[in-house]
Amino acid sequence: MATVTLRDIRKSYGAFEAIKGIDLDVADRELVVFVGPSGCGKSTLLRMIAGLEEITDGELAIDGKRVNETGPADRGLAMVFQSYALYPHMTVRQNMGFALRMAGVPRAERDRKVEEAARILQLGTYLDRRPKELSGGQRQRVAIGRAIVRNPKVFLFDEPLSNLDAALRGQMRVELTRLHEELNATMIYVTHDQVEAMTLADKIVVLQAGRVEQVGSPLELYHHPANVFVAGFIGSPRMNLLPGTAAVANGTGVEVDLDAGGPRVTVPSQAAGAASGRAVTLGIRPEALRPDANGPLYGEVKLAERLGGLTLLHVGLAGGQNVIVQIEGSAPTRAHEPIRLAVDGAACHVFDAEGQALPALRRNPLAA
Amino acid sequence: MKQTAAQRALIAALAWGVALLLFFPILWMVLTSFKSEVAAIATPPQLLFEPTLESYAEVQSRAEYLRFALNSVVVSLGGTLLALAFAVPAAYSMAFHPTERTRGTLLWMLSTKMLPPVGVLVPIYLLFRTVGALDTRTGLVVIYALMNLPILVWMLFTFFKEVPKEILEAGRMDGARTGGEFWHLLLPLTLPGIASTGLLSLILCWNEAFWSLNLTSSEAAPLTAFIASFSSPQGLFFAKLSAASTMAVAPILVFGWLSQRQLVRGLTFGAVK
Ligand SMILES: Nc1ncnc2c1ncn2[C@@H]1O[C@H](COP(=O)(O)OP(=O)(O)OP(=O)(O)O)[C@@H](O)[C@H]1O
Ligand SMILES: [Mg+2]
Repeated sequence: MATVTLRDIRKSYGAFEAIKGIDLDVADRELVVFVGPSGCGKSTLLRMIAGLEEITDGELAIDGKRVNETGPADRGLAMVFQSYALYPHMTVRQNMGFALRMAGVPRAERDRKVEEAARILQLGTYLDRRPKELSGGQRQRVAIGRAIVRNPKVFLFDEPLSNLDAALRGQMRVELTRLHEELNATMIYVTHDQVEAMTLADKIVVLQAGRVEQVGSPLELYHHPANVFVAGFIGSPRMNLLPGTAAVANGTGVEVDLDAGGPRVTVPSQAAGAASGRAVTLGIRPEALRPDANGPLYGEVKLAERLGGLTLLHVGLAGGQNVIVQIEGSAPTRAHEPIRLAVDGAACHVFDAEGQALPALRRNPLAA
Repeated sequence: MKQTAAQRALIAALAWGVALLLFFPILWMVLTSFKSEVAAIATPPQLLFEPTLESYAEVQSRAEYLRFALNSVVVSLGGTLLALAFAVPAAYSMAFHPTERTRGTLLWMLSTKMLPPVGVLVPIYLLFRTVGALDTRTGLVVIYALMNLPILVWMLFTFFKEVPKEILEAGRMDGARTGGEFWHLLLPLTLPGIASTGLLSLILCWNEAFWSLNLTSSEAAPLTAFIASFSSPQGLFFAKLSAASTMAVAPILVFGWLSQRQLVRGLTFGAVK
């Protein structure tokens, strides 16, 4: 049982406010991911939860008990650092057993727990090596093992995979998911990689400039982004954002005239807030565009990225904007060819002049 | 850049030249200590001579070398330990919990070393006289510790700075408090640095002459005072002076030679990561 509650948490460095009032509830056994661009305050927030950074204002509670004034040693949390931060003068066994040693756990029990963790992480054969005799992935596993052994209330991860190569990162992502299931623990995970966020999280917290932009499940954020920032940040390739004007807004949705020309796109969004004639932004996911000989949008293919299973077309529209089109399979389309595109209005998003999304008429059933 | 054989020979010759230049006074001192008084002042200086131990015998009969040596050992060790006891916590807090003023404080500490010691001789002498610390080992220990403190703090600060902050933070997350963090993490990681800092302090204390000559007379006088006692009273006797000096520097030279590996390792240390 471990919950974490943040109430109007703030952090200032002198006159600079890095965290500008954050409210968040992390439920028991939940895997929450903080995601956002570099410098948005993810690490700062995590380190405040860890106790490594003082909380300027607000209240932090673990299991309902205020811990603002509790030191990191007494919060009962474990942290995995981006740089691993293994103790270089200790063997893997000593590294993983250090917390238990500090807690005065007898040697026999300590060894048993270390070996148990080593088994889960497949580190058994490395127990007597020192960190510098391990590969990056192995070091990462030791760092995770050091956290597991303690059986902490909450696991904190600060970009634990960013020093690994792409293949290893994918593998570790799977292992972390498995670990979360096996340990049944509350975890808070920081990353700037939205793929990691989407694949790992029960709940994603999108941060920007010290504020929460949106909190929700991965699919909720994908299908119902609350604003332009989240829409652009979640999903790869990025959502295409095209300027337009609201033409008709009624009970069946909002019709948008694109500044780039072409016919109206009807989006099933709630009309409130989009009086006709108001400037809006139309958000189109790359997979909501498809080549269609009779399609209303036309332009020229500038670049075709062939990923095998997917093809990404970078298209320069006649109106001057660029969009990315995602096609399943290996499309024959080549660069510098003219192309016409059809838009799946039902999968589009409308954002008002302030960048806030107009709520969808129907929620995606998977986006709880 | 690849060096030619000629370049390498030149560099080797230069290195040997500098080494000999630095070593020559010591060599000459040792040679002179084995000469008779007459041979010691002969012109031109003699390189070949009949070695004799008469100066050593004379020195030994006139002063108790061991008493001075014991004072040197006690005062150097004491001064070093006392200084480390203050310098380690000071450097720890400066390295890991810095404020905007930490850099300034460090520079200010170091700047006190620019003050000529004579400038504070009279106040310190009077202080020592008032508290009865003149000619005591305790007095010298305190003054040596204070004398070296800025350098030790500075050195330890740079060694501690090399330790990645995350390692100590990981320790804190693992439940280590300040004591455990220091004992289990910082100390083992920076031991070479701390050791070479201590060695340097020992050497500086051992060779210190200004304070020991001015603040001690007989009871607490260390080896530097022992040498000085052979330089003045009955005119200059170079062979005896050399013998006394050789006896005074021999222990620290041997010590330095034995620990040179440690010293070099510490001074070029930085391989924590
Ligand atoms: N000690 C500090 N003093 C002043 N400003 C700081 C300090 N630490 C962090 N900041 C600022 O706080 C903001 C948030 O930093 P933080 O390290 O939390 O970013 P982040 O989201 O983790 O970024 P990244 O993805 O690059 O790790 C940044 O603008 C940073 O410049
Ligand atoms: Mg960060």
